[in-house]
Amino acid sequence: MSYIRPKFRHPELPKNKLGYSIDFYEGALSTLCAGCGHDSISAGVIQACYEMNIEPHRLAKLSGIGCSSKTPAYFLSNSHGFNSVHGRMPSVATGANLANRDLIYFGVSGDGDTASIGMGQFVHVIRRNLNMIYIVMNNGCYGLTKGQDSATADNGSKNKSGQINPFESIDLASLAIELGAEFVAQSFSGDKTQLIPLIKAAIKHPGFAFINVISPCVTFNNNVGSTKSYDYVREHLDATSTIDFVPEMKEITTNYEEGSSENIKMHDGSFLQLKKLAKDWDPMNRESVANAMMIAKLKGEILTGLLYMSPNTKDLHNTLETNDRALNSLSKKDLCPGSEILKTINSELR
Amino acid sequence: MSLNNKKINDFVIRFANVNGTGSASANFLFTKAIFRMGIPVTPKNIFPSNIQGLPTWYEVRISEKGYLGRREGIDLIVAVNPQSMLADIKSLRSGGYLLYDSSKKLHSEYLREDINYLGIPLMEMCNQNYTDARQRQLFKNIIYVGALAALLSIEFNELEGLLAEQFKGKEKLIPANIKALNLGMDFVYKNFKYPLEFHLERRDLLNESIMIDGNSACGLGAVYAGATVAAWYPITPSTSVVEAFSDYSKELRIDKVSGKKNVAIVQAEDELAAIGMVIGANWNGARAFTATSGPGLSLMNEFLGLAYFAEVPTVLIDVQRTGPSTGMPTRTQQSDILEAAYASHGDTKHVLLFPSTPKECFDMTIDSFDLAEQLQTPIILMTDLDLGMNDHISPPFKWDDKREYNRGKVLNAEALEKIDKFGRYLDVDKDGIPYRTIPGTHPTKGSFFTRGTSRDEYAIYTEDSDTYQRNMDRLIRKWNTAKDLVPEPQLYQKSNNCEVGILFFGTSTYSAEEAMDQINHNGLSVDAIRIKSFPFNKTVEQFINDHKKVFVIEQNRDAQMKSLLMIELQIDPNKLISVLNYDGMPITAENILKQVLNKIKSNPHIEKSKSI
Repeated sequence: MSYIRPKFRHPELPKNKLGYSIDFYEGALSTLCAGCGHDSISAGVIQACYEMNIEPHRLAKLSGIGCSSKTPAYFLSNSHGFNSVHGRMPSVATGANLANRDLIYFGVSGDGDTASIGMGQFVHVIRRNLNMIYIVMNNGCYGLTKGQDSATADNGSKNKSGQINPFESIDLASLAIELGAEFVAQSFSGDKTQLIPLIKAAIKHPGFAFINVISPCVTFNNNVGSTKSYDYVREHLDATSTIDFVPEMKEITTNYEEGSSENIKMHDGSFLQLKKLAKDWDPMNRESVANAMMIAKLKGEILTGLLYMSPNTKDLHNTLETNDRALNSLSKKDLCPGSEILKTINSELR
Repeated sequence: MSLNNKKINDFVIRFANVNGTGSASANFLFTKAIFRMGIPVTPKNIFPSNIQGLPTWYEVRISEKGYLGRREGIDLIVAVNPQSMLADIKSLRSGGYLLYDSSKKLHSEYLREDINYLGIPLMEMCNQNYTDARQRQLFKNIIYVGALAALLSIEFNELEGLLAEQFKGKEKLIPANIKALNLGMDFVYKNFKYPLEFHLERRDLLNESIMIDGNSACGLGAVYAGATVAAWYPITPSTSVVEAFSDYSKELRIDKVSGKKNVAIVQAEDELAAIGMVIGANWNGARAFTATSGPGLSLMNEFLGLAYFAEVPTVLIDVQRTGPSTGMPTRTQQSDILEAAYASHGDTKHVLLFPSTPKECFDMTIDSFDLAEQLQTPIILMTDLDLGMNDHISPPFKWDDKREYNRGKVLNAEALEKIDKFGRYLDVDKDGIPYRTIPGTHPTKGSFFTRGTSRDEYAIYTEDSDTYQRNMDRLIRKWNTAKDLVPEPQLYQKSNNCEVGILFFGTSTYSAEEAMDQINHNGLSVDAIRIKSFPFNKTVEQFINDHKKVFVIEQNRDAQMKSLLMIELQIDPNKLISVLNYDGMPITAENILKQVLNKIKSNPHIEKSKSI
């Protein structure tokens, strides 16, 4: 158990616009290992939702199987959750979203759940541009079964038992960009200041939003020689950008060096203020991003930040031309053609 | 079975075609014209797993008595496929007729002394009358329909009427078709004695009946049931279920104000994803379904276990085909029964429904959605290729406008307000069925974590043995509740009066009923029951208990329904005698009769008994 949370909360905890204090956004006590990166990500989700004034019951949490997939139990206990089967969260999320387009769909997965058993569903949910947030808590190993290498373990990385991984790793962020995902970010569980605005922006993105979060496994993959250890990741991070999420039109006060800052308008009028740190890279240009990702990989660096975003997006509901009203709100009156039409159908079959 | 001596409205015609040559619409024209003459007729497609080039057959049985099962013994074969010609000629009964293309001389190996040859120079006639290559191929089919009209006395105005309907909006195509029909008819008038000794006479035997395939009926049923999400992966023979749903939705599911769709149909990347989407949508309060066949059902096992254990309504239409593995993808079987009944690892059981007519496909699809939500569990509609992909005469569809969708135990915001503490898996009503909530309902009440892991009554994860077992026992309580909710079996007698009974289900019904008729004609009698659902209720148990021996008719090798009866009702295996058919073709009455009589002969006890 990572921590024991005191039940007592200060009665004057600050409240958000909905009148909820942050404890309203918490979940059950985590049963992950102490120091697990995943718990930091959960805390980030809680913070982001609190700050964004999200009604928890208007958000559905979905996951597959694995350490990461347990986390939806540890945040937003006033949201419905669905801990499905291994690698199949995207299909459950797709069905849920088709049934009710009005909720926020927050998917959590791991590197095993996404890059191995769930690879098929991952690539297809991107292809369909389902309006959801998809976070991979990526630690390069199978924690629940005691530390086997996963498909995102880097070639040459040493695991806890001293074995060197001989296989190429799957880079989920690059793959997502390749597949046409229109919001791709990468972050580190130890960097809340970067992660929280990314989660906010992902929630606001009206299509598929992918965040690959390197989240070291303290128990099985935090050893010397592992490329997913806290130390290694900290040393090799190369932040492409910092972003500030600006919910409404208001004066942007943060000062950035001239030429390096850009305001990205989102579909609902909110803004992302993006500060580019890397040179020769444009987050609105897929080709440039793909290039930067490849170069970083060759250098052994991990690019973080908002890697790519296209504000103009057409989600699955738009593609399928479904009713603006949630399908699960339609009644017999809307759906059943009735007996008279059936009589006509019968007569056409004679 | 001997041939009917009168030979009016009682014969079997087989068409031997090449796949992809446009024969299907010509053959359907033939069948539908007979249907319009008020005569019971049943066609079967016997087709290859291929798009173009391989042999395909269309077999039509005409039966004044209304027997709609398949019958052995072909009276006339339209043999226009050189590839299968030799086998086709062999398949003809002695004294039968071979209608063939006489543009080229028949090879001597095609000659049989005991059959009649009706040579029509189809290719030559087409070449003389049509210039376009595709037309020459298509009209060959229409010419033989014309010839059959003369040979079998099909009323010409029925053919004309059907062509007019078929080419509505493309009327200029009609005269060429009429011309082709006339070419065929005139050739018969000039060259052969007509009509043949077996032929058609108008009757009024069909009343309000319609003709449709089971898959289309399922698709239409899903529209009427209020399904809004369908996710699927293409697989023969189930593909046309979702295609029909999609086609009907194009007319019936457009929002009048916005013009947008009141339905979302997704072709998934595989069957796993298809059922995952269905479960996600149902969990979120929509009515959703998928359709598949055996290989897809195997893939869906994992998710079916989740839906069973997490108690998410799910509707799955399984159009069974010949297994195991890829098997014979375009042949029929009832061989997914055990797979479906106990799909997934661990202790799981699923509700199955067994339709036998298109009307039942329609009704039971609608029932499936009600049952899935009432019971919060997967409902599997067990149809098959024969029912799904062949046209059948069926009672017309009916919908009662007063019927409401039964959404089961769902708590809305108002109801949640009145509850102190919501327990997703609490058995409040002691029927094993808990109350559920739909995401997004209430800001502070009713949220819970759906999971495939064990949990307590409040949906909290637990590994406590007692709590786990209590939940498993509740699921059995729910299972017992299901017995009174699923469709009742059909009994063929007011009270049981024989020592021997027969039991059947699904598409075996047609031939089983015919076999029962034959038994009665022979002065014997037998009690019968048709199973429509699983779990079995008391009526099924009573029927078996009331008889010394029960023949179980089914279309698989391993007597799967017999096994299910033995397992679930603790029936002595010796009491159930299997009548099996597993060659991929629909079972025939003759086959049933033969097997039943053989087994009686080898069983002195039954032979001595009064019945049979």
